[in-house]
Amino acid sequence: MSAAQQLRRGAIYAVSLPQADDFAFWRDRARQLLQCDVPPDRVAWVEPGATGSLFSHGRARLPVPGEGARQVRASKAFLQAAKSAICHSDPERFALLYRLLWRLQSAPRIMEDCADPDIRRLDELTRSVRRDIHKMRAFVRFRCVEGEEGVEHYVAWFEPEHHILRTNAGFFVRRFTNMRWSILTPRGSIHWDGEVLREGPPARKGDAPQGDAAEDLWRRYYASIFNPARLKVGAMLSEMPRKYWKNMPEAELIPSLVAGAQAREARMVETGGARFAERPATLEDIASGIAGCRNCPIGALETRAVAGEGPQGAPLMIVGEQPGDQEELAGHPFVGPAGQLLDGHLWQAGIDRSSAYVTNAVKHFKYTMRGKRRLHQNPAAKEIDTCRWWLEGERALVRPKLVLALGASAARGILGRTVSIASTRGAPIPLDDGSELWVTAHPSYLLRLDGEARDEQERLFASDLAAVQARLAELAQG
Amino acid sequence: MAQKSIIEKLAILADAAKYDASCASSGTAKKNSKGGAGIGSTEGMGICHSYAPDGRCISLLKILLTNHCIFDCHYCVNRKSSNVERARFTPREVADLTLSFYRRNYIEGLFLSSGIIKSSDHTMEQMVEVARILREEHDFCGYIHLKTIPEADPGLIHQAGLLADRVSINVELPTDAGLTRLAPDKDARRIEGTMGGMKLAIAQARDERKRFKHAPRFAPGGQSTQMIVGADDASDADIVGKASTLYDRFRLRRVYYSAFSPIPDASAVLPLKRPPLIREHRLYQSDWLMRFYGFAPHEVVQATGADGNLPLDIDPKLAWALKFREQFPVDVNRSSREMLLRVPGLGTRAVGRILASRRHRTLRLDDVARLTVSIARVRPFICAADWRPTMLTDRDDLKSLIVPRQEQLELFA
Repeated sequence: MSAAQQLRRGAIYAVSLPQADDFAFWRDRARQLLQCDVPPDRVAWVEPGATGSLFSHGRARLPVPGEGARQVRASKAFLQAAKSAICHSDPERFALLYRLLWRLQSAPRIMEDCADPDIRRLDELTRSVRRDIHKMRAFVRFRCVEGEEGVEHYVAWFEPEHHILRTNAGFFVRRFTNMRWSILTPRGSIHWDGEVLREGPPARKGDAPQGDAAEDLWRRYYASIFNPARLKVGAMLSEMPRKYWKNMPEAELIPSLVAGAQAREARMVETGGARFAERPATLEDIASGIAGCRNCPIGALETRAVAGEGPQGAPLMIVGEQPGDQEELAGHPFVGPAGQLLDGHLWQAGIDRSSAYVTNAVKHFKYTMRGKRRLHQNPAAKEIDTCRWWLEGERALVRPKLVLALGASAARGILGRTVSIASTRGAPIPLDDGSELWVTAHPSYLLRLDGEARDEQERLFASDLAAVQARLAELAQG
Repeated sequence: MAQKSIIEKLAILADAAKYDASCASSGTAKKNSKGGAGIGSTEGMGICHSYAPDGRCISLLKILLTNHCIFDCHYCVNRKSSNVERARFTPREVADLTLSFYRRNYIEGLFLSSGIIKSSDHTMEQMVEVARILREEHDFCGYIHLKTIPEADPGLIHQAGLLADRVSINVELPTDAGLTRLAPDKDARRIEGTMGGMKLAIAQARDERKRFKHAPRFAPGGQSTQMIVGADDASDADIVGKASTLYDRFRLRRVYYSAFSPIPDASAVLPLKRPPLIREHRLYQSDWLMRFYGFAPHEVVQATGADGNLPLDIDPKLAWALKFREQFPVDVNRSSREMLLRVPGLGTRAVGRILASRRHRTLRLDDVARLTVSIARVRPFICAADWRPTMLTDRDDLKSLIVPRQEQLELFA
């Protein structure tokens, strides 16, 4: 029976491919079949290892095209897509490609018609192959073993979804050129010795090394870079589906990281301290609020909170550091030795304390016990920052035109950053709300000095207060 | 105090780096290690080697050289007054760690940032040293992103550009007032000055490469920046405006948004509630609209509500379409690419396919359905051969017809 007769009788032709991703072989056979006008439904394509369909034993020999058989045409776009789609694991891919090639002969621009079902399927195949190639580049994990002569050999086990190993080898060669490495997969393996790429038989997971010292570091990195405050498991799963997890050392941490995230975030917020409610609306609210405030360790000392004193709407606000021993006992700011010194200087400068609002950057007394005495301790920057909540509340209610900060702690309470007294004293610092800040030393600093140093500092202090008084007078007029 | 081991330092310094949003490893020049002595390649498209449960990809080894810092920025976990545990890597330790991870295909390269130790110059020198060891001693061809310090000497910043694929300088906050308030040691003018210098150097190097084959590369991946969202009271309109100025003035490749997230030992000046994560997402969407969909910044601002913020329940493109209904429906068989890109639910890819397909057939609603993800979203805004949404587009309750009914769950509200 001649080939032409076979074709007329509706014979089925079977084409067995030597390799699952052999594009050149498919192209040659497809061209041959097409030149003999064998329609797509008469060809059965069989890939190696396939169990075989009903027609896979097609007895008919492939027809040979005669002299002057027609030219087979294929667009560049088709060839490009076909080369990629042939790597897909779908057994129907060869038939799809042949069907499209068949249709291309009469409709050369069919590739542009994205609404066509065959074109859409081809697009799906190429996309999923591209994704698999990309994921292999991303998720291959090498493990280092000591080879002969102490040369390091990097071996990876990977399970790709499609027949992409050969196509993808070039990427690994270009990237790890000066390394010896092997990638083992269930569909075959590749080995690079620094110069030549060899192909090997399919491998099993047991052939690859089981661990690597660097994996502990990598897992620690993975756990640390994860931000528990923004758990988005769905986003992770869409890019790194579970099927890849088994060969990635870091993936074993995921369940515990997810489970622990909420607790970790709660702890972060907890150590962040400061969970305040609404801004207080009156000075009385602030006074009662600070009494119960335990947002920093000073509050937890259970001392009496000392509220600010003075008229709401006072043009001048005087801010100290924190209540001392006597202030805490009395419940009023600046009544101890430092307060008396301050009163003296205010009187000399002509500032009326009763018309100013007097308060502290920190509302509770911080101390350590030394025998029977409570010894003053400086508040930490964080404690000042925590207490800014109250100080800002007071500023918002009193709305002073001028704030006088006594000492660095008070300045930090207003500005939120630490400044040096020496470089900021004697000149106004503009504040957000249009008022201004003047910084000077704390009176208790003067109390700790003697002799000439004390005289010098008292003089500076007095001149600062005089400048403030002058500025207040200016503001009152303007 | 006992010396910390590498793994302990890694834990501290990776933890400190996790608030940086950027991790892209794409968009740089193609290079590989063929013919070289080392390893590494960059082939245009970046690769994400892993994903953390926060949904962010892990592409680069993102660490700080040290988290000691002399600055006191309130939103930052590493600020001077914070009492987090501190650690410090030597440049060589960072280089070794990078190579060890790279050889095992864990990463695409290194993203190095740092707290400021001693001085800005000293810190920048150390960071440049890491890049130098990798590039010169190990002939490393992988990706390097250096976060530069605007206060450092311009010569050092230039060296960073010569060694790195991408450099970035954070603007930190969308408004100058916010910066003065929350990052008192930083200066907006200084940051912009450095960015401007970087832009010139990148453009100049690109120009030289065109003329001379062996002219040195300078940050072939361009420069990027990052803004913290929700730490001050800047509205989305402010942020979008700022981002578009940055894109225009400094030719940035990306502006990253980082939703302010509760950090251990947070400062008390910060807002008490973190912004919803979805806000960050909406800002990225608006960023996409400007970069790929032909929206002008003022058009994105048109999509914001009365408070200047983008609506959280719907995406900015849909918000814009609902406000400007007179522009719709758009005929899929005749309209321009620009108009098709304005249709909510049609992405650049779908628009490309519509344009290609309509040369071969007159598109019906079914055809469009095959080319898009969800025809239900698209339907009210388009005309096809057999479809005209006459009543739909004018309906008052259109929004409720399109927007999926379920609420986005705020896991930790």
